[in-house]
Amino acid sequence: MPGTRGPVPIPLHINGGQRDLTAEILEAVDQEAEVGTSTKFPQIPQAEIKAALDRLASRSMVEYDTKDREEVALTKEGEEIASAGSHEYKVWDAVRQAGRLSLKDPSLAGANAKIGQGNAFKLKWVKKDGDALVSLTDSVQDATREQLQCAKENRTFQDPKVQKDFMKRKLVVPQKVISYVARKGPKWAMEMPVEVTDLTAEMIADGSWQTANWKPYNYKAEGAQLSGGAFHPLMKVRQEFREIFFNMGFTEMPTQRFVDTGFWNFDTLFVPQQHPARDLQDTFYVSDPPEAGPPGPDPATDEALAQMDDQDEQDENDSAPASAATRAKDISSKLDYQQYFNNVRSVHQDGAFGSIGYRYPYNDAETKRLVLRTHTTAVSAYVLHRLAANPRPCRYFSIDRVFRNETVDATHLAEFHQIEGVIADFGLTLGGLQAFLKRFFRKIGVPDLKFKPAYNPYTEPSMEVYAWHAGLNKLVEIGNSGMFRPEMLQAMGLPEDLRCYGFGLSLERPTMIKYGISNIRELLGHKVDLGFIEGNPAVRLDRE
Amino acid sequence: MPTIGVNKAELYKELGKEYTRDDFDELCFEFGIELDEDTTGTEEPPQLKIEIPANRYDMLCFEGIAMNLNVFLGRQSMPNYTLKPPSNGQLLTVTVSEDTAKIRQYFSCAVLRNIKFTKARYESFIALQDKLHQNLARQRTLVAIGTHDLDTIEGPFTYEALPPDEIKFAPLNQTKEMTGTQMMEFYEKDKHLSRYLPIIRSSPVYPIIYDKNRTVLSMPPIINSNHSKITLDTKNVFIDITATDKTKLEIVNHIIVTMFSQYCEEPFTVEPVKIISDHNGETRETPDLTPRSTQASAAYINSVCGLSESRQTLCDLLKKMCYHAKPSTTDEDILDVDIPVTRADVLHQADIMEDAAIAYGFNNLPRHFPTTQAATAAALPINKLADIVRLESAMAGWAEVMPLILCSHDENYAWLNKSDDGKAVRLANPKTAEYQIVRTSLLPGLLKTIRENRRHAVPMKIFEVSDVAFKDAKAERRSRNERHFAACWYGKSAGFEQVHGLLDRIMLMLKSAFITREDGLKDPAVQGYWIEEVDDSTYLPGHAAAIYLQLAGGKAQQIGTFGMLHPTVLKHFELPFPASTLELNVEVFL
Repeated sequence: MPGTRGPVPIPLHINGGQRDLTAEILEAVDQEAEVGTSTKFPQIPQAEIKAALDRLASRSMVEYDTKDREEVALTKEGEEIASAGSHEYKVWDAVRQAGRLSLKDPSLAGANAKIGQGNAFKLKWVKKDGDALVSLTDSVQDATREQLQCAKENRTFQDPKVQKDFMKRKLVVPQKVISYVARKGPKWAMEMPVEVTDLTAEMIADGSWQTANWKPYNYKAEGAQLSGGAFHPLMKVRQEFREIFFNMGFTEMPTQRFVDTGFWNFDTLFVPQQHPARDLQDTFYVSDPPEAGPPGPDPATDEALAQMDDQDEQDENDSAPASAATRAKDISSKLDYQQYFNNVRSVHQDGAFGSIGYRYPYNDAETKRLVLRTHTTAVSAYVLHRLAANPRPCRYFSIDRVFRNETVDATHLAEFHQIEGVIADFGLTLGGLQAFLKRFFRKIGVPDLKFKPAYNPYTEPSMEVYAWHAGLNKLVEIGNSGMFRPEMLQAMGLPEDLRCYGFGLSLERPTMIKYGISNIRELLGHKVDLGFIEGNPAVRLDRE
Repeated sequence: MPTIGVNKAELYKELGKEYTRDDFDELCFEFGIELDEDTTGTEEPPQLKIEIPANRYDMLCFEGIAMNLNVFLGRQSMPNYTLKPPSNGQLLTVTVSEDTAKIRQYFSCAVLRNIKFTKARYESFIALQDKLHQNLARQRTLVAIGTHDLDTIEGPFTYEALPPDEIKFAPLNQTKEMTGTQMMEFYEKDKHLSRYLPIIRSSPVYPIIYDKNRTVLSMPPIINSNHSKITLDTKNVFIDITATDKTKLEIVNHIIVTMFSQYCEEPFTVEPVKIISDHNGETRETPDLTPRSTQASAAYINSVCGLSESRQTLCDLLKKMCYHAKPSTTDEDILDVDIPVTRADVLHQADIMEDAAIAYGFNNLPRHFPTTQAATAAALPINKLADIVRLESAMAGWAEVMPLILCSHDENYAWLNKSDDGKAVRLANPKTAEYQIVRTSLLPGLLKTIRENRRHAVPMKIFEVSDVAFKDAKAERRSRNERHFAACWYGKSAGFEQVHGLLDRIMLMLKSAFITREDGLKDPAVQGYWIEEVDDSTYLPGHAAAIYLQLAGGKAQQIGTFGMLHPTVLKHFELPFPASTLELNVEVFL
């Protein structure tokens, strides 16, 4: 019957059901106030005794104390001496029987016989006579054997010095023995009562819950194991970051393109065509398809942006708002991608917009090379260029996968996630970026930041963001930031006084720091442990 | 970013102070370089390994680091580098032949007179050339430097391009003369030099520099001749620089001469050399050490830094960063700024502004955040949709996994019993066969995740909502991403009806009812989905279904499949138990 335990008693059968140990214990406790299990049940292993006692104690029928005791047990050699005599006895006995025993006799060979000979000399039981041994006495007292026999019976030595000596001779070893002393408990009974473990509909219906004999709940055990679904830990951290961005008024950028062009991934960001980041060593290039088309509007991206954009003038008249696709087309019609391409080329090759440029021959073919995007900043460039159709303050973010042709190790994978934020506004200052970053990082529980000048081709000034790491006891870099270069923004057609912050960090690094993960492969990829995913606690970056 | 090792004791002596590690760390942090390592205790003499920003070529050696920090600390002013022609007024000349245009057309040159090398200076001189070769010169492809003991050679010089077999000399540290072709073979196995050979190897002509007596100086960008090599005792150094990039050619010249002219008898002087190169209009005297004069707006600098400093204060700040700046006498806002030739990284007044901010101290800037609010928080529609599917899958008891997006060709095709459909984006230069293509299906990642978790209790129920990519000839990037949803049940039995149940649940949550195929085809206004048996080699025959979706008013389309995995697929992924999978395109619900 569900919800009850019983019937009476649940015997614990041992040795194939020959004995009912719980019943035997109950009988013993009934007869004696204190039952020592080692004397009462010397043959039964203590694990079985404990199981029976626990069964009774959980019902408070008996109580018991646990006693630890040290005993000695004979080793194999010790057992042999106890039954057949010591090595010296064996030597003396052989000599006595032979009357005169040649030293070369086989019974005197072997390590034990050598020890026995030595001891027999010491005890003056035998002596050397030429090349043979002769006995010096008719009878001997074999003390070693007697002491071992005594120890075997009592499981201890009376003289600790003797015990130490025998242990040194490896004839006995110490042994810890656990035994129990059982007595009657508060609910003493000779038979196990039926116990109720759970409340059932029947008990409620018939009222039996009022008189039921409830089994005490085990508050020391865990509850039932549940099998539930789980989100991936990185996705949980990602969601925390997304909520922080939404909270601060950021719109999510459409980053649904793993493949991008040399133009968008590098050139638009004023990364020169000879920059080491563009090496085969660092960037994945695409062999098929062979090359990109000319830069132009991406309808899917534009439409997603138009859908999220509530600042277009659709509220101000009564006609139904235009569809996102129409609004997207309207915006891209205001943009001249060919002009943009020309601007990018001239700012690299010849200098423009107040910059002397890099002054190298710009290679159009480089712009058409397809790459796996090395950063989501390629998408930021697209979105900022689109902003030129209607320049205004705005905030964008994205969290998505990027690719680097890295040699894989504990801290590097060929793929990881980049968190990126972009703020465009008039009159932005460098200190303002610091103020913003302090606010942003405070929300993930990182209160104190320091800013270090750094170099990045597309931001000037560039600042690395450092935070104090209590575990490592030093400042660690947690992100990168800066203000996009005029060469980049003005080539897009954005007005000179619209400035733009950019900042980024990886999703994996703060997650690894938070969870103390030292190998990135334990966090991203197919080698991640499902148990880790299922057991990972909820992410509360501001509270940890 | 390059890391430069400098002698710690020598640097602190130059800086006039015995720094503690923390103090030097702090100085580096403020300036924007990074103390990577202090080898005290592990190396004699102790070195400081300093990480330098990739565009600061003027800090790639001990001399540059010491000078820039001393100027920053106000302990010295920026040196004034001057040209000092020979007393007879006759410049050395180098004539560039037109044939060099076929392989390496630009040439630059300089002479350092009466230089005094010590062991440390000499090593730094060699190390700087090496750092320049590695960084700015892109492994000597763009620029290559050769340095010679001028007292062993005699001008005028010529820079030519000749067939490799017509070139013959003993290269550096060799006694035997070799032809250009022989040298290519000789250095093929050289760990250091072999990587530069391809720069010229296949060219019909190799670049070569001769003196008046046809003594070879060097065969750039591979090797100098042994004859003219410099030693600790060299007094007069002849520097040849060849390049395919004109801008970087002069930057390299400037960096070398500015860093080491301080050891000349008359410090900071350089002897110019006349280059005769009429065929490409490059006849000139090199180097040109004139600072670049430009202007910067004080209002702009103050505005971006959030400061309101006077023009003179800004000029004082810029002085710490090696500029020579003074308020313009003709415009109230303008600073006249001279940028020394060492600062090749300065391209725009934004760079000057940043240096003013560094001199002021990034961490001292007023932290004013503008009050303009552009609060249009919005989630990307496809991510909102994906989150619905993720949430419902997790609530139904499935665990989310995140395999990699790149995979091998076999994993994406052959292991799923599919032949190549030509839709996958292929990588040109992966380092391992693990990354050959961008996945077109989420299944390989799920199955690999199960494989790596084989010791986990069964059944395993996992899912992923993420992007795959396909080639797309119409798109600018010739490819497009597509958001997919996939799930896998793995256990003692295949669980076909389990993934079917998950599909039903997700469809219900996306407001798509289960309809029969007949109903769907009869009435296009009904929104719903149906499944029908499909022949798909990934799945066990008779145990695979195609999923069709009909959105109201639209035409029914197949959005995915699910089924019991074919035992050969399980074998490919080393899975001993059966499994069922589901994969569909979620973008149709946008």
